[in-house]
Amino acid sequence: MFFETVGNIISKYWSYLLSGLGYTMLIALTGTVIGLLIGLLTGIVRTIPLSKNKVIYYIQKTVNVIIAIYVEVFRGTPMMVQAMVIYWGYAFMNNGTTLPLIPAGIFIVSINTGAYMAEIVRGGIISIDKGQFEGAYSVGMTHWQAMIHVIIPQVLRNILPSISNEFVINIKDTSVLNVIGVMELYYMAGKVQSMTWAIFETYLIICVMYFVMTYTVTRLLRLCEKKLAGKDSYTICGSQSDPAAEIHIKEGE
Amino acid sequence: MNENNKPIIELSHLKKSFGDHDVLRDINLSVHRGEVISVIGSSGSGKSTMLRCINLLETPTGGSIFYEGQDIQGKDIKLTSYRSKVEMVFQQFNLFNNMTALDNCVKPQMIVLKRTRDEAEKIAREYIEKVGMSAYVNAKPAQLSGGQKQRIAIARALSMNPDVILFDEPTSALDPEMVGEVLEVMQGLAKAGYTMIVVTHEMGFAREVSDRVIFMDGGYIVEEGTPEEIFGNPKQERTRAFLSKVL
Repeated sequence: MFFETVGNIISKYWSYLLSGLGYTMLIALTGTVIGLLIGLLTGIVRTIPLSKNKVIYYIQKTVNVIIAIYVEVFRGTPMMVQAMVIYWGYAFMNNGTTLPLIPAGIFIVSINTGAYMAEIVRGGIISIDKGQFEGAYSVGMTHWQAMIHVIIPQVLRNILPSISNEFVINIKDTSVLNVIGVMELYYMAGKVQSMTWAIFETYLIICVMYFVMTYTVTRLLRLCEKKLAGKDSYTICGSQSDPAAEIHIKEGE
Repeated sequence: MNENNKPIIELSHLKKSFGDHDVLRDINLSVHRGEVISVIGSSGSGKSTMLRCINLLETPTGGSIFYEGQDIQGKDIKLTSYRSKVEMVFQQFNLFNNMTALDNCVKPQMIVLKRTRDEAEKIAREYIEKVGMSAYVNAKPAQLSGGQKQRIAIARALSMNPDVILFDEPTSALDPEMVGEVLEVMQGLAKAGYTMIVVTHEMGFAREVSDRVIFMDGGYIVEEGTPEEIFGNPKQERTRAFLSKVL
C-alpha cells in the first residue's frame, strides 16, 4: 500500500517535484553566490584603514554603521517574515503590483545570506595574519589590490566550510518562500499532496530529495576544500648538496 | 653609483608614539645611495619602528621623512609607488601564502608595476636564481623552510627593482643553521651596490658588511659611525654597555 502510493506519486507527479527541486536549487545556489559577493564586498569595505581626511573618514564611518545595521536586522529577523515584508511591501508601494516570484525569492535569500556572509567574511579576514597585509602593502599594493590578490583567496579557502554550511541551510530554507508562493520544492509538495491526499508519502519523498541535495552539495564542497588545501610537502628528489644529482620536482597538487 | 650628495632617504625629527608610550623621540638620519646601514640596539629601542615608519607601515606622530627630497607624507608622492621603490624584508617573511614562490615574485610586479607576465617572470626567475632558489619556484611558502622563505622574500623585493631595501631583523626568526644562507645573500647585495638599511642582531654582519652602524637606545640614535668606530672605539657609555653584552 505504502510503496504503491509512493510509486504512484513519483510516476504521476515527478515533473512537479522535479521542477520544484530545480527552483529550490536555483534559488539556493544564486542566493548563496550573491550573498557571498555581498559578504566579500562588505568585508573589504569594513577593513579599509580609516582615512586621515575628515570627509572620507565620516563617509567610512557612516558606511560601516549602515553595514552593521543591515547585518543586525537581517540576522535578527526570520527569513519567512522578511519574505512577506519585502514581497508585500513592494506591492504596497507600487499599487498592488507584485514582484516576479523567482527573482523575488532569489533577492530575499541573497540579502539574508549576505548578512550572515558579512560576518563570516569579517571573521575570515580577521583570522589572516597581519603580516600578509603588510607584505602586500610593502610591495606597493593598494588595499583593494591586497584584498583581491592576497587576502580574499586565503579567506575563501578558510571560510569554505562556512560557505558550504550556508548553502545547505539555503537549500532547506528556501522552503519558507512558499509563503509568498514561490514554486520551490515544498510548495510543489503542497500541490501534489492536495491532489493525492497522500500527505505522509509526499512529504517523505521530498524529505529524501532535500537530503540527497544537501548531501551531494556537502560532498562536492568537501572535494573543493581538499583540492584547495593542497599538499604540505614539496619533494625534490635527488640531493641539493650534489649538483650533479638530477632534480625532479613534484607539483604541489 | 651616482655620487651626488643628496640623501636618498632623510629622517628629520622623526617621532612615533603608541598612546603614551614614546618609541621614537627624535630621529635624524640621512641615507645615501649605495650605502649599507646597520641598525643595532636592544629590543624596544625603536629600531624596527623606525624602519616601519620609513615604509609608512606605521604613521609617524611627528617629524618628516624625505625620499629624494620629497616629503613622503606630502601630496606630491604616491604612497604605493614610493613603497614599490623602498622594499621591505620582514622578520616573519610575509610571503603570500596563496601563491607559489615564483608568483610571490611575479604577481607584485604585474599588479604594482604593470609588467606583463612574461616580462615579470623573466625578472623573477633571474633573482630567484641569484638567491639560489630555482629548484623551488613552484613550492608554496608552507612547503619551504625559514631560510628558503626569506631568500624568496628577498627575491620578491629585488624583483621590484627597488632603490632601497629595508631589512627588519631578517634572520631573527630563523634556525641558527639557516642564518648563514640569508646573510650570504645579503652580503652579495651589499657588494652589488644596493642601498640597504638593516635592523639586525647579527653583529658580525654589522661589522663586516655595513658602511655605517647606528646604535639606537630609548628612541634616540645614540651613536653612529663606521663599524670600526662603533665596534672598536665606542664613544658613548650606553653603546659600550650594549656591545659588552652582545659581543
